[in-house]
Amino acid sequence: MKDIDLSQFHQAFFDETQEHLEEMEHILLSADLTAPSSDDLNAIFRAAHSIKGGAGTFGFSDMADLTHVLESLLDQVRNHEIALNNEIVEACLHAGDVIGKQLQGHRDGVEVPTEDAQAIKLTLSALLQSRGTFSVEPNPVPDDACIQADGTRSWLLRCDFKGLSTEVQEALRSELEYLGSIKDLEPAGDAPATEHCFELHGHATRQEIEGIFAFIMQPERYDIRAIQPSAEQSLSPAPAISSLQTASAPEDEGFGFFTDPAPPAPNSSGDEQGYGFFTSPTAHTPTGLGTDPAPSPATLTPAAKEPPTRRTADKDNESSIRVNIEKVDQLINLVGELVITQAMLAQTVSELDPVQNEKLFNGMVQLERDSRNLQEAVMSIRMLPISFVFSRFPRMVRDLANKFGKQVELRLVGEHTELDKGVIEKLADPLTHLVRNSLDHGIETPEVRTAAGKNAKGTLTLEASQQGGNIIVEVIDDGAGLDRARIIAKARERGIAIADDAADHDVWQLIFAPGFSTAAIVTDISGRGVGMDVVKRNIESMGGRVELNSAPGFGTRITIRLPLTLAILDGMYIGVGTQVFILPLNLIVESLQPQASEISTISGKGRVIHVRGEYLPLLALYEIFKIQPQTTDPTQGIVIILELEDGRAALFVDQLLGQHQVVIKSLETNYRKVPGASGATIMGDGRVAFILDIPSLIQLGRR
Amino acid sequence: MNDTAETRSIAEANAIVAGAAQYLTFTLGAEEYAVDILKVQEIRGYDAVTAIANAPEFIKGVINLRGVIVPIVDMRIKFSVGQASYDQFTVVIILNVLGRVVGIVVDGVSDVIALPPEQIRDAPEFGAALDTRYIIGLGTVDQRMIILMDIEKLISSRDMELMEETTA
Repeated sequence: MKDIDLSQFHQAFFDETQEHLEEMEHILLSADLTAPSSDDLNAIFRAAHSIKGGAGTFGFSDMADLTHVLESLLDQVRNHEIALNNEIVEACLHAGDVIGKQLQGHRDGVEVPTEDAQAIKLTLSALLQSRGTFSVEPNPVPDDACIQADGTRSWLLRCDFKGLSTEVQEALRSELEYLGSIKDLEPAGDAPATEHCFELHGHATRQEIEGIFAFIMQPERYDIRAIQPSAEQSLSPAPAISSLQTASAPEDEGFGFFTDPAPPAPNSSGDEQGYGFFTSPTAHTPTGLGTDPAPSPATLTPAAKEPPTRRTADKDNESSIRVNIEKVDQLINLVGELVITQAMLAQTVSELDPVQNEKLFNGMVQLERDSRNLQEAVMSIRMLPISFVFSRFPRMVRDLANKFGKQVELRLVGEHTELDKGVIEKLADPLTHLVRNSLDHGIETPEVRTAAGKNAKGTLTLEASQQGGNIIVEVIDDGAGLDRARIIAKARERGIAIADDAADHDVWQLIFAPGFSTAAIVTDISGRGVGMDVVKRNIESMGGRVELNSAPGFGTRITIRLPLTLAILDGMYIGVGTQVFILPLNLIVESLQPQASEISTISGKGRVIHVRGEYLPLLALYEIFKIQPQTTDPTQGIVIILELEDGRAALFVDQLLGQHQVVIKSLETNYRKVPGASGATIMGDGRVAFILDIPSLIQLGRR
Repeated sequence: MNDTAETRSIAEANAIVAGAAQYLTFTLGAEEYAVDILKVQEIRGYDAVTAIANAPEFIKGVINLRGVIVPIVDMRIKFSVGQASYDQFTVVIILNVLGRVVGIVVDGVSDVIALPPEQIRDAPEFGAALDTRYIIGLGTVDQRMIILMDIEKLISSRDMELMEETTA
C-alpha cells in the first residue's frame, strides 16, 4: 500500500468531500429542529464521518481534526444525547464552511490559516462538553491495546448474512481464514437467524478485516470488536470498541452484547421504523451493533456509496462515473461530425433511384434515426439538473435573511429540470445576484409586512421549467415590488427620456440600463438594479433573455429564458442569393409574403412593413451582407418577423429552405468574430453556413 | 530534371550536415516563396468556400476542414500578384500557425527544399510584393531566388485581419 502514490486519488477525494459537504449543508438546512428524522441525522453524521476518514487517509490532518470534533458532536446529536438546536446547526454550517476552505486550500496547494478552524473547533467542543459525555479522543482504548504478547489479536466478528448466497458466505469465511484462525460462536439469543458470529485469532488488523466485509455488505450489517486477551475466554465485551460506541457508553454502561443478550426489546423501543435489526441503523438500536460504520477509512467506500438521505430515492437505482468534461465534449464533437457525414450521405443518396437502391435507402433511414438518437444521448451527458445551482440558495437565503433581519421562506420548484452544464455554470452568478436583490430590496422586514397585512414571512420562489427548446428560470418574491415613479424620476435625472404613461414593460427595462445600478440611485426601497445590466448581459451571452414583471405591494417576478444547450440550435435555413444562413428558430414569430401595400418607405430610403398594426423596419439581409439576391422586392421574397427582447424586427430574405438542428461551431477558433453572425455550422453538403446574430445584424443595418 | 534531383539531394545532404530547415515553396505570380514546412498541415484544392459578409476582399471565406471551420486567405489578392482565378488547379495550403488553422490560396505549390542558414541572405528593403517585415530572408536554389516568408508574423499581423484586434 505504501508504494501507491495517493495523490492520484486526491481529485476523487476532493470531489467526494465537496459532495459530502453539500449534502451535509442541505440536510442541516432542511432539518426540522423540533423533530429531526433519524435518517437525516445519520446522513449528516455519515457525511462528516466520510470526510474525516478520507482526510485521514490522505494525510490532511487539519481537516481530519476538525471533522473529528464535528463528527463527535453529530454523533451525540444522532444518539439523541443532545437535542438538535439552532446553535448546533449554525455551528455545523460554519464548520462545513471551514472544512470547505481547508479543502479548497489542499486542492490549490495553499496554506489555509488555522484560526478559523481553531475557533470553530472550540465552538463545537463547547457544545460537546456542555453535555460532558464525550471525550474528544478518537479511540480511548485503541485496538492495539488488545495485541497479545505474540503479536496476535483476537477479534469478535458479527455479521448478518441475510440475503447473501451460500457461495458468498463461504467466500467470506475463506477470506477470513487467510487472516487467521476462525472459530464459530453462538449468536446472541435475540439475534435474527441470519446472524453469524466468529472469533478470529491472528495478526489481522481492523482495516484488513473491514476490507473483507466492506466488499460484501453495508457497514451497518457487521461489527468488529477487538477482544482483550484476558477477556478472551469469557467472551465479555471488549472495552476497545470503536469510539462511537464509547460515545454512547453512559447509556450502555455495563451492557455487553454477549453477556447481556436481551436488551429491552430492540425494535419496538421508540423507533418509528422498526424495520428490523440490521436494516434500521437508527441511533437507538440498543445493542450498539449496526449503528455505526466503524471509524476507519476502510469502510468509507460503502458508507459513501450509500447516500442515506431522502435523496436516496433519486439515487437508489443510479450509479455514476466521473468523467472529464473534455472527454464528453470530444464525444459531442465526434457525434456532431457523424451527423454531418450522415446528412452528406443522405443528400448524395437522395439523387439515386429509390427503386434500384432500396436497401441503401432503408439503410439511410436507419442511419439517420440512429445518429439522431446517438446525438441526443450524447448531448444528455452534458445535462445536469438545475438543482446544481439551486442547492446553494437555501444556505444563502438563510444567511442573508438573518443578516437583514427578515423572515424568508425559500421555495424551490422544478429542481430536476435539466440544463447544459455550460449554461448551469454561467447561470449561477446572475441567479445569485437576483436572489440577493430580492432579499435585500424586495422582501420587506417582518414589521413592514405585518403592517401591510402580509404574512410576516416573505416567500422567495425559484422555479425552473422547460418550455420547448427553452428553459425558464424564475425568481419570484412577494415583496414590495418596484417603485415605478422613482425609477422614472431617476431615469429622467440621468437624462433618459421616458413618458409618465410609458408601459410598465418599458419602465422595468430601465433598471437593466448600465449604470442604473446602485442602491443610491433608486433608494433602498426599490433599489433593485444593482448590477442588473450585468445580469442581463450574462444571460444574453448565453442566448437567453430576461423579463421582469412587478406589481407594487405584491412582489416581483424575474423570468430568465435560456436555450436548452449551447452546443445545438434549432435553426431555420434561409436562402439569400446563392448563400444559406441559419436563423435561430426560437426568434421566429412568423414568416409572410407581404402585399405591396404593406411596404412603405421613409424618406425614400428606409423601408418599413406594416404587420398586425405595427410598423417594423425591414432589414434586408442582401443589403446588410452585400449579396446579390434573387429579388429585391419584398413581395417576391419572404419576410420573417422576429421577436427580440426589445421589440420585433422584420428580416427580408429570398426564401425559407427548411428547419434543421445544427451543431454550433465557433468562428473564433481559427478566425475572428464575424459581425452579424453568432457562429457557424456545417450543413448537410459539407459547406459552412453562418448562424445569424440578429441584434448585431440590426446594428450593421443602421450603419 | 535529373540535374535538379541531384542538386536537391546534394542540398538535402548539406541540410542534414548543417541542420538546415526544410521549406515548402510556392508561387505567387512570377515570384517564388517558401514557408517552414513544419507549419504546413496539408495541401488541398479550393472548394466549397462560404463567403464572409463585409470581410476584406482577400479573405475568401471559410471552409469546413473535417469539422473545423478554417478561414481562407487569397495571397494573390492580398499581395496583388498573379491572377485570382479559381478552378480545379487552385491550391490551398493549410497552415497551422500559433495554434490556429488558416488556409492560404497560392498559384501553385512547387517543391520542398532544404536551406542551410548560410544560404539565406537578408532581404533588401524593396522588391517583393510582401512587406519586408514578413520576410525572413532570401534563399537561392538552382539560380532561382526564393523568398522565405515569416508566416507566423504574417498571419498574426493586423494587415491580415485574421484575429481579433485584442489578440493581434
